[in-house]
Amino acid sequence: MPSVLEQVRTIASDLFSLPASEIGDDATPETIANWDSIQHLNLALALEEKFSVQLSPEEIEQMRSVGQIARIIEGKLQATPN
Amino acid sequence: MVSSTNPSDLRREIDAAVESSPALAASRLRQFWKNQSDLSAAMFVCGRFEKLRGKLSLTPQRLFLLRSFTVEPIVPLLRAGAFCLGIDLSVQIGDFNAYSQEILDPDSSLYKFSPDAVVLAVRTADLAPDLWTQSSDLTGGELETAAQRVAATLQRCIHAFRERSSAALIVHNLEQPEISSSGVLDVQGTSSQGEAIRQVNRELSRLAHECRGVYMLDYDGLVARHGRERWMDERKFLTARLPVASENLLYLSQEWLRFLVPLSGRIAKAAVVDLDNTLWGGVIGEDGMNGIQLGPEYPGAAYQAFQRALLDLTRRGVLLAICSKNNPDDAMEVLEKHAGMLLRPKDFAAMRINWNDKAQNLREIAAELNIGIDTFAFIDDNPVECEHVRLALPEVMVIDLPQDPFAYARVIRNCPVFERLALSSEDAQRTALYVAQRERSKEQQQFQSKEDFYRYLEQEVEIAPLSAETLARIAQLTQKTNQFNLTTKRYTEQQISELSEAPGWRVLSTRVRDRYGDQGLVGVSITHDVGNVCEVDTFLLSCRVIGRAVETALLSAIASQAQQRGISRLSGYFLPSKKNAPAQDFYARHGFARAPHNGEGSLWTLDLLQQQISCPDWIRVTHKNGVKH
Repeated sequence: MPSVLEQVRTIASDLFSLPASEIGDDATPETIANWDSIQHLNLALALEEKFSVQLSPEEIEQMRSVGQIARIIEGKLQATPN
Repeated sequence: MVSSTNPSDLRREIDAAVESSPALAASRLRQFWKNQSDLSAAMFVCGRFEKLRGKLSLTPQRLFLLRSFTVEPIVPLLRAGAFCLGIDLSVQIGDFNAYSQEILDPDSSLYKFSPDAVVLAVRTADLAPDLWTQSSDLTGGELETAAQRVAATLQRCIHAFRERSSAALIVHNLEQPEISSSGVLDVQGTSSQGEAIRQVNRELSRLAHECRGVYMLDYDGLVARHGRERWMDERKFLTARLPVASENLLYLSQEWLRFLVPLSGRIAKAAVVDLDNTLWGGVIGEDGMNGIQLGPEYPGAAYQAFQRALLDLTRRGVLLAICSKNNPDDAMEVLEKHAGMLLRPKDFAAMRINWNDKAQNLREIAAELNIGIDTFAFIDDNPVECEHVRLALPEVMVIDLPQDPFAYARVIRNCPVFERLALSSEDAQRTALYVAQRERSKEQQQFQSKEDFYRYLEQEVEIAPLSAETLARIAQLTQKTNQFNLTTKRYTEQQISELSEAPGWRVLSTRVRDRYGDQGLVGVSITHDVGNVCEVDTFLLSCRVIGRAVETALLSAIASQAQQRGISRLSGYFLPSKKNAPAQDFYARHGFARAPHNGEGSLWTLDLLQQQISCPDWIRVTHKNGVKH
């Protein structure tokens, strides 16, 4: 099973049409050209579907980098073990 | 070899095939999308199909979304689903809650986009906030007034749109709240919140029935199907104006596709089914008549439900065919005699029950039914057979059945390629027409010459101008006919109706009867007089009557009517497509001369002062009169 970070990078790669190798955990809306507000919403929705979690508006607000996103998801997955 | 379902392997296989084998790439993308239908997969699928554009035959379609809420995240899901069904969808989205202005202003971005289809997606809460949140404050009379006001608003939008555009309009109906504001009281009388919303929805159904090219989408039913409690995400609505929870976005995109697919014409005309573990549980060759699972009780009821779903498809004009590896005698015994069978041999337009390769059998069925193999949906429980067909015939739509037979029927009922937006009288009896055709072919072999056989058929051709009764079928034929079609121009009902009223334009239809029965409306011509020339815009025949000189009868009617109007010349284009080779020598055969022409296709003309089109004496031609002559 790929790590949460790897899965987040795959999703980001699909959404931003970039190879996963070009998306580090330090990637942010400032470093990725088409990470705009609609794509930010799409990213949140894609994560919810992928990990079967619900992200609160506060958490979506905190999704400031790929690494941070992975930490938020990991935190949620640990809180609700399936 | 069954392809890997590991997503990253499949991704690599797709990326390799995008370069080397577009058809395989498309087939794998469909599989990938079926296994993982989320936003990230959608972006991947759309990206790859965009690279394949030009290498596949994709039908372009333009969709404009009028909305009162955020629909942007649905668009990638919708486009991925459409690509997998052969549709290259361009989408433009209107401004939030600007739908009235966009519809009323003839210069708005809506009309500038020149869409093929438009969705009007407005929430009950936005269109009728009083009904949504304050209904318990309202008296019975006030509730009714509110419902009438909302219905009138929608009616104005629909009528205004219809005046300005011939695109199809798909209107969401209004959803009911999760729990009514009056609780259980709501259903104890005749005036209530629920009833007011139902009243609006009934009015919308009526409008859809009345207005050409207007369709109601049962949004309330969609929400109910997936659970009202789980449909909405209140937090995302308040922060991003997105009322639909992430898990349900796909369902809304799929509901739109149920309309877009039939509008695009990328429909399945035939469902080709396996027998063992598909129409019944078990294997007839091993389990025998009494051992297979089929009947009203558990577990055979699952297969009966599946057969019922297939039978429902035939009522919409979808043909059924069998492609099964079996001993024909064993299988026919079940088809003819098993008490649990809902489908009988007469329900199948073609059957291949043998031990031959399934791809070969599918090719034969396509030839027998005379329809394109790319209009086949292949339904089989065996993943190996599905994979074989995918590789050998990538243009066939393969529908894998799920593990659970109780989910079979739902797969069929959910499949957008079987949707139809209007039915003609031909649709419900299409299978019977093909069964009669089978009889004709058998008889034909007993005659010395084709002409003897034609005389025996006692063919009668009726030519009639467009009428209200024939409009739906005429539009359907322009959308579906691929083989005997000189120009392959697709028209909606609305467009045909407008053309027929334009000066100089004429729409004729042809109905054919013979000793086996009525073939129904099988031919269409659309012509346009320019000065003393009658230009043929559209000329097509259903594949059922190709090779029976029906085209000569129709052309001769066009020619003689044109002469009566003082026209001296007929002219028309042949625009070659991938499929219309059967029509390519049409003009040459009828004495037309090829005219110099630089553009696409070839241009043909006939001097009516010098030449006539004569109809073979073994066809009886009758003319039904209309207003125009």
